[in-house]
Amino acid sequence: MNKRLPFGLAMIMLVAPCLLLVAFTHYPALRALLNSFWNNASSRRPSKFVGVENYQTLLEDDRLVQVMLNSTFYALGTIPLAIGLAIGMALLVNAKLPGTSLMRLSFFMPTMLPMIAVANIWLFFYAPGIGLASQILGLFGLPPINFLGSTETSLISMMFVAVWKEAGLFMIFYLAALQAVPENLKDAARLEGAGPVRIFFNIVLPLLRPTTIFVAVNALINAFRLVDHVIVMTRGGPNNSSALLLYYIYEVTFSQRDFAYGATLTVLMVCLLGVLAAVQYWVLNRKAHYQ
Amino acid sequence: MTQGLNRIMWSTLGLLFAALWGLPFLYSVWTAFHDEIYSANFVWNAPITLENFFEAWQAAPFALYFLNTVILITIVLVANLILCTLVAYAFVRYRFRWAGFLFALIMVQLLISPEILIVENYLTLSKIGMIDTILGIALPYLTSAFGIFLLRQTFLTVPVSLDEAAQIEGAGAWRVLWNIYVPLAKPVYLAYALVSISFHWNNFLWPLIVTNSPEVRPVTVGLSVFATVESGVEWSLVNAATLMTTAPLIVAFVIFQRQFVANFMRAGIK
Repeated sequence: MNKRLPFGLAMIMLVAPCLLLVAFTHYPALRALLNSFWNNASSRRPSKFVGVENYQTLLEDDRLVQVMLNSTFYALGTIPLAIGLAIGMALLVNAKLPGTSLMRLSFFMPTMLPMIAVANIWLFFYAPGIGLASQILGLFGLPPINFLGSTETSLISMMFVAVWKEAGLFMIFYLAALQAVPENLKDAARLEGAGPVRIFFNIVLPLLRPTTIFVAVNALINAFRLVDHVIVMTRGGPNNSSALLLYYIYEVTFSQRDFAYGATLTVLMVCLLGVLAAVQYWVLNRKAHYQ
Repeated sequence: MTQGLNRIMWSTLGLLFAALWGLPFLYSVWTAFHDEIYSANFVWNAPITLENFFEAWQAAPFALYFLNTVILITIVLVANLILCTLVAYAFVRYRFRWAGFLFALIMVQLLISPEILIVENYLTLSKIGMIDTILGIALPYLTSAFGIFLLRQTFLTVPVSLDEAAQIEGAGAWRVLWNIYVPLAKPVYLAYALVSISFHWNNFLWPLIVTNSPEVRPVTVGLSVFATVESGVEWSLVNAATLMTTAPLIVAFVIFQRQFVANFMRAGIK
């Protein structure tokens, strides 16, 4: 059986590595909670305890309302689209058609690129006049759209970028799941006279359910975590129309230098992720019963 | 016969979709390899040129940025491999109080990753005077919950009898780790290294916040500075720079394609 961990080894193996982890994960999370009850220090006076004042600001912050709406819309829009596309891609790649390796490369390539490179590529793609998007519109005689520069289209344009980057990654998970679908089930269905469409909806899709749950939850967390493209492409604009929560934290803290409010928003973010994790735990547990 | 026709139809549709999907990337590649005058007008026989790459390389200190990224990745990777191995080994091989609680505490990092905590981590860094240093960028990532989790899973599969046999032979804790556990986990180390390298090569927000001077900037931040500050910069140069900074990853991907795919899957299915 396992031995007791001697004190000296414990210090080297556990305490030193974990101190680093705590210093940059748990400490800052708690620190944000503490700082959210204090105001900003200035050159004339140190910061002082203000109770829930920052939280009152948070409740009355119109920009935050817009940012939360944007984030929700962004998550609800990108995740189903990316998942649908990923399933389609996985089916195509799994069918072992001629040209499969080219398809796989094309689908997976965006996942490999840094988000900042993806942002540059799409910035060019959307560029008014010179970009491929407006050239294609011109080809059909449609008027050019200022994709990133107008409040109606900026968020949707960012969502396409996210879908483009993420669908290939999700495809990999679905590919693994598809390969685990037992052949004899499909054979049996075929013998009974079921066509490929029927087989997909009645046999394959239900078996992909656990993968879909897993991918959806991770995509949800990612939707809150990844904002590099917002920084490069729109800076949250125009008029906050494409600002997401983490981008807002970044802007409040590092452009407006409002660290106290930044800490308050961080608390909001951590709580939100905590709730998402709880939902994930609950859903995944249910899945275990289901199987 | 219809079967064959069907396959050809699906294959054509699939390739068409793949081409459409690749369009933004291909457009960027096309622009990077052609003169600025061909940026928005397609002439199939337009002369291919590497001029944009040379110009971009000279216009900003990309060599320095690459070096910084390599240093950053090396620091993070070496620290990760050592620290995560130690923690995972302690969890697998020893008994101690609060083990379950401590493990749960570590796993918190999977959810609340350093990207979320930019505000307070920035304050910590400035308190200890590490702003604008490569080590400062690396600090929050030196221990990785994901690495600990992955290695613990792997170490758990090492047969206890091997461990005991080595002990009977008189091997101490460190020799057992080095001669039994580490060699058996080799594929996992490679897998983890690939995912970690691609993550830190791509990381942007945190290095952007921590760095102010070109001497410490990694390529992602360097690229964004190059592509935005000088607003007069030509698209062909921006695209060339974008490709240049991602080329090492793309090459690595082509070489390690199978490991990459296997690993992204392992990274996902926890």
